[in-house]
Amino acid sequence: MEMVARQNKIRRIHPKKFALWISMLSMIMLFSAFTSAYIVQKAAGDWLQFPLPVEFFYSTGVILACSLFLHMAYKSFVNKNYLYYQLFWSVGLFLALLFVALQYQGWLHLNEWEIFVHTNQSSSFFVMLVGAHALHVLGGIAALMTSWILAFRKNTKEWSDKGQLRLELTCTYWHFVDVLWLYLLAFLWFQQ
Amino acid sequence: MADINVLEKEAHLSDHGDHHDDHHGDKYQSSFVDRYVFSQDHKTIAKQFLITGMMWAVIGSAMSIIFRIQLGYPDADISWLQPLLGGWIQIDPLTGVGKLDPQFYYALVTMHGTILVFFVLTAGLSGTFSNLLIPLQCGARDMASPMLNMLSYWFFFLAGAVLFISLFLNTGPFSGGWTGYPPLSGLPQASDGSKAGATLWILSLVFFVVSVLLGGINYITTVINMRTKGMHMFRLPLTIWAFLVTAILGLLSFPVLASGFFMLTFDRVLGTSFFLNEIFVAGEALTTRVGGSAILYQHLFWFLGHPEVYIIILPAMGLVSEVLSVHSRKPIFGYKAMVFSILAIGVLSFLVWAHHMYMTGMNPFIANIFILFTLIIAVPSAVKVFNWIATIWGGNIRINSASLFSIGFVSMFISGGLTGIFLGNAAIDIQQHDTYFVVAHFHIVMGVAAFFGMFAGIYHWFPRLYGRFMNETLGKIHFWGTIVGAYAIFGPMHYLGMAGVPRRYYSFAGFDSFSEFASMNEFITIAAIVTFAFQILFVVNFFYSMYKGKKQTEMNPWKATSLEWTAPVDCGHGNWEGEIPQVHRWPYDFGRHGRDFIPQTEPLAEGEVDGGH
Ligand code: HEM
Ligand SMILES: [Cu+2]
Repeated sequence: MEMVARQNKIRRIHPKKFALWISMLSMIMLFSAFTSAYIVQKAAGDWLQFPLPVEFFYSTGVILACSLFLHMAYKSFVNKNYLYYQLFWSVGLFLALLFVALQYQGWLHLNEWEIFVHTNQSSSFFVMLVGAHALHVLGGIAALMTSWILAFRKNTKEWSDKGQLRLELTCTYWHFVDVLWLYLLAFLWFQQ
Repeated sequence: MADINVLEKEAHLSDHGDHHDDHHGDKYQSSFVDRYVFSQDHKTIAKQFLITGMMWAVIGSAMSIIFRIQLGYPDADISWLQPLLGGWIQIDPLTGVGKLDPQFYYALVTMHGTILVFFVLTAGLSGTFSNLLIPLQCGARDMASPMLNMLSYWFFFLAGAVLFISLFLNTGPFSGGWTGYPPLSGLPQASDGSKAGATLWILSLVFFVVSVLLGGINYITTVINMRTKGMHMFRLPLTIWAFLVTAILGLLSFPVLASGFFMLTFDRVLGTSFFLNEIFVAGEALTTRVGGSAILYQHLFWFLGHPEVYIIILPAMGLVSEVLSVHSRKPIFGYKAMVFSILAIGVLSFLVWAHHMYMTGMNPFIANIFILFTLIIAVPSAVKVFNWIATIWGGNIRINSASLFSIGFVSMFISGGLTGIFLGNAAIDIQQHDTYFVVAHFHIVMGVAAFFGMFAGIYHWFPRLYGRFMNETLGKIHFWGTIVGAYAIFGPMHYLGMAGVPRRYYSFAGFDSFSEFASMNEFITIAAIVTFAFQILFVVNFFYSMYKGKKQTEMNPWKATSLEWTAPVDCGHGNWEGEIPQVHRWPYDFGRHGRDFIPQTEPLAEGEVDGGH
């Protein structure tokens, strides 16, 4: 790991960043597979239409705000504004958790309408898409938490290039799941 | 992916700077556990992949011997297998004759396929050689992330452990075929093997997907970002090109398999019907499970499945190209054509998956598109075959185990590729689908050919792995036994298939039309047992040579040009002492300027043009 960080200085793109980008490709493949299957199955008929509960729109606002705060936190870190960094990162983490809670609320809302995972292909796919996305979000939250805990350690080692790289990677990943959610929302919206 | 410009640009980006660091002091690799178990050294991880793969190869092939006995000797008494298989041998209380439980026959076929395709020919082949050669041939101290690399192995190990446990379940391991088609795999009540066995099979393969992705991300990152100074893309040995494209294929196709598995798990656990519609189990209709499509699963599976067969064969192609060139003492013929063929195969392999599904009732016009792409993929394949032959043509070839297996690979690839062209035409495939013709096709072109590539690689790079040579005499015996044996096994299967004998049948006793093939089936079984014995010879040679083989005395025993032979025989973690060597030329300078070979590290002479261009 050390060795990688050292090579970083002479490369324009850090190998870890590159690795993150290509792993996103494979996540994109996963979700394209889901959504293509969705389109095919919908075309086959026997499809129950239901509206999107309003929570999913609230959550969209929340995850966008979350991305924004994480970005500001990162910028503060770069400018060595550590107080703001701690503050923004905490808000970001809170919003991330709120996002998951809202997604879950939206699902409960559907349950109230008697729509469950096995009700129809449409609801199965819905759970599949939102659930798989939520799993990716939870992975992101684990990374946010790690940085959050480190952010409040008084250990100065944390304020290093290595710390900055970790934040950058975390933010990149988070923006990715954010955009992924926008894509899924738009997809579900147009499929209605 | 095929965008060479981007790759070239990347190459220039990374052309500057050395990697000097002191990694080979290795202070955190002192304990036994760190060094041999949770090692992060790519060379050790390569050995772990290799040994684990070999272990699985023995288990998986032994399984095939058991079901071949059933096919070759359907009436034989196999109660002597009871100590090994226990309850899976049913003993008739009256006659005392022991027979293989039909359910277990299917489980064996399924496990054989899964183990060989994924654990042996994917992990054991690409895992081993990508790990060994990517850092060494690119000129890097290790992978971009040694940690992820180690995790990749341990996820593979976990996948294996889970599948292994499933062998001991009361209801038996999964038995629905290596492709795991629903509804058989989607409904636990469909058969014994679809109960816990299927759950563990899916779990195991999900771990496997994680392993492939972690490995692949690392391989790609290392090849693109961590090459030594001077090593631009068109100075890479063909091995590295093959591993790179393999990793890209895996990265793009395995997630799609994962999506299919997630949906399958939903169907199994949450009562959804992604893949289920109008199913009857034991005469009863499952009225709540409607609306899905089993064909959808096939699309998802084969979208991985076809690239997967190239994930298996491309590394073998890379190894063979390298071995043939080194041992013929000639540059590889048409280096750039080879690179572009690899890339073309990579792209096309995503466009042909439905040739596995001609019989699903697909629209014949759509089938035609897939026929077209399937036949087009034969073009880059043929280019490669031509180039291999042109490479050895008129060469001063050293006949040894590695080069023999490489030539054997070319032979197998031609034979199996030819039958692929038959199958690729829907009109012919309607007759051949699900017969032994298909079994013969893919065993020759993928199974045997990939094994040959792997053997060539092991014989050739054994000194790099263990600092010793494998025994040549045993190696040659192994080669002749294997090539004759493999043709004896799979040759007759073409004939069976053309006569319409279906694959995956426990017994043909009920079909008069197939009874005339009993002796042919017996012959195949004998050939399989003999060929298996030759593989045991290989395993013995492998472990014997590891400790007692002829010692490697010079750094570059094959007089090869590439970088892996510039590192000391017993190099530690970090590969090179001091600076990483720089590269000045392509890796195939054999017989140039009247010299036997010129290593990649030797600067170009004044006015000399690099060979690759
Ligand atoms: C010349 C190129 C090739 C063509 C045109 C071709 C064509 C086909 C076709 C049409 C099938 C489906 C047959 C059926 O199920 O009815 C098939 C099966 C198969 N091929 Fe090939 N193939 C080619 C090369 C390869 C290579 C290079 C590999 C592996 C390295 C491979 C591995 C397989 C496997 C594993 C199956 C059967 C899978 C199964 O049903 O269990 N093929 N091939
Ligand atoms: Cu195929």
